[in-house]
Amino acid sequence: MKKYLSRIYMLIMYIFLYAPIIVLAIYSFNESKSRGNWTGFSLKWYIELFQDRDIKTALYYTVSIAIISSIISTILGTIASLGINSLKGNMKSLVLNINYLPVVNPDIVTGISLMILYISFNMDLGFNTMLISHIVFSTPYVILSILPKLKQLDKNMTEAALDLGATPMYAIRKVIIPEIKPGIITGFLTAFTLSIDDFIISYFTKGEGVTNLSIVIYSMARRGVRPTINALSTIMLTVVLILMLIINKRSNLESKTKNQREARY
Amino acid sequence: MKDKTKYFSYPYIVWIVTFILFPSFLVLLYSITSKDSNGVTTIHFTLENYELFFKKMYVNILFDSIWLAAISTVICLLLGYPAAYIISNAHISKRNTLLFLCILPMWMNMLLRTYAWMTILGNNGLINNFLGFLGLPKLNLLYTKGATVMGMVYNFIPFMILPIYTALSKLDNKLIEAAADLGADKKTVFKKIIFPLSMPGVISGIIMVFMPAVSTFIIPQLLGGNKNMMIGNLIEKLFILNGDWNFGSAISIVMMLIILISMSIMNKFDVDKEGGARLL
Repeated sequence: MKKYLSRIYMLIMYIFLYAPIIVLAIYSFNESKSRGNWTGFSLKWYIELFQDRDIKTALYYTVSIAIISSIISTILGTIASLGINSLKGNMKSLVLNINYLPVVNPDIVTGISLMILYISFNMDLGFNTMLISHIVFSTPYVILSILPKLKQLDKNMTEAALDLGATPMYAIRKVIIPEIKPGIITGFLTAFTLSIDDFIISYFTKGEGVTNLSIVIYSMARRGVRPTINALSTIMLTVVLILMLIINKRSNLESKTKNQREARY
Repeated sequence: MKDKTKYFSYPYIVWIVTFILFPSFLVLLYSITSKDSNGVTTIHFTLENYELFFKKMYVNILFDSIWLAAISTVICLLLGYPAAYIISNAHISKRNTLLFLCILPMWMNMLLRTYAWMTILGNNGLINNFLGFLGLPKLNLLYTKGATVMGMVYNFIPFMILPIYTALSKLDNKLIEAAADLGADKKTVFKKIIFPLSMPGVISGIIMVFMPAVSTFIIPQLLGGNKNMMIGNLIEKLFILNGDWNFGSAISIVMMLIILISMSIMNKFDVDKEGGARLL
């Protein structure tokens, strides 16, 4: 009895979580513009979507900013983590707390503070300001995913490398970086998804003609329901789903090989 | 070696001072200066921006935001706790899949998740069509406070399930067995053992839902309509439409304070210091 109750509960939960998304996807294939009536299967909203110039430019900016900002914040974050790890006492906790600020601050506050900064220094809002903002809010996450790995690092390893005549840079390259690689990869993926998904901070730091997909969706949705957004949503959901499946498979593989490796020792 | 690598942090320190600390200082500065101060030469310090906030209209928006966010948090807790509990009790082979299904929607763009509810709650939406099909009168669902709460619960419930599940899965089964051996019935076990030990998860869940809920402006904008503004909408309006940076900054500072205060209140309840936020 109890088992059935909990099954029903979880079923309702999943219906609640997925029904809206599924409804959205179904109606993207509806021929009629009003969502009320199902008038037949059609791909016309997808065709309209691919002809939309705004969406094309937004897609271009979304992807290019995500790639550039995640690469830069991974490099910046990795170097910073190495440094922060060897800072001591108050200085370390001060830097960590400032680093933590964009994580706990509401996005809207980060967004307006950056907007004020750019405008106060007469920077033109546009691609560059959006890129900088994305680096600002994603680097803290990179650092937070690398620092624990650095803490776990066996100090003797680096010292051994140095004793054996490695220069500090060589030791970092050959000993430390390979050890913290999982943290770096997690950080990069986090930075990338945060950037792809960001709306609020981009919204406040965007400029003339430079938008991302979230901003386009927002300005369209504000004016009411549009079938082209349904089509766009369906495509984005499919992409996310495929990405998640790949990542999941990868991490399953990773944990499997890790278990094997551990078993061998 | 260690002394030298510390220099690696210097570029980042310059970076965070420029792009995190200094902008926050600018917000604070704008919030305590008056509109007519132009440039650096004529800064007038004033508290008028904060005083303006205490006008009835703005105070109402503030209370509305806190109230709606609080309701959503409570609903998330009431719906999310059983889900987390069921998942943590499921067979170990199913657990990961069940959890994955709960957090998968989190990876989808928040705007889309919110927009999806527009198509369901709207005047020509799914629910109203269904009611029409049954011959019932249409309901006014979209652009209400209820729709806002609905959107917040839908968007943020994974943030509640995840930490509670983590706390519950760490629970030592021996404690439950010991309690049962000592004659406690299931209710008592839950009340005296399971729930208190899952508190750190509950607290993180409450923080993780309340924080984005109180500061959101997408959800009230798309689902609540223009009549049901929240504090986030007010900030957006002041910065984007009105260009009133001073008043907007003051409200942002108030919002930050609300979040810091609620976080420190929640941390007081948190026995396990590791689970809480690190800033406080």
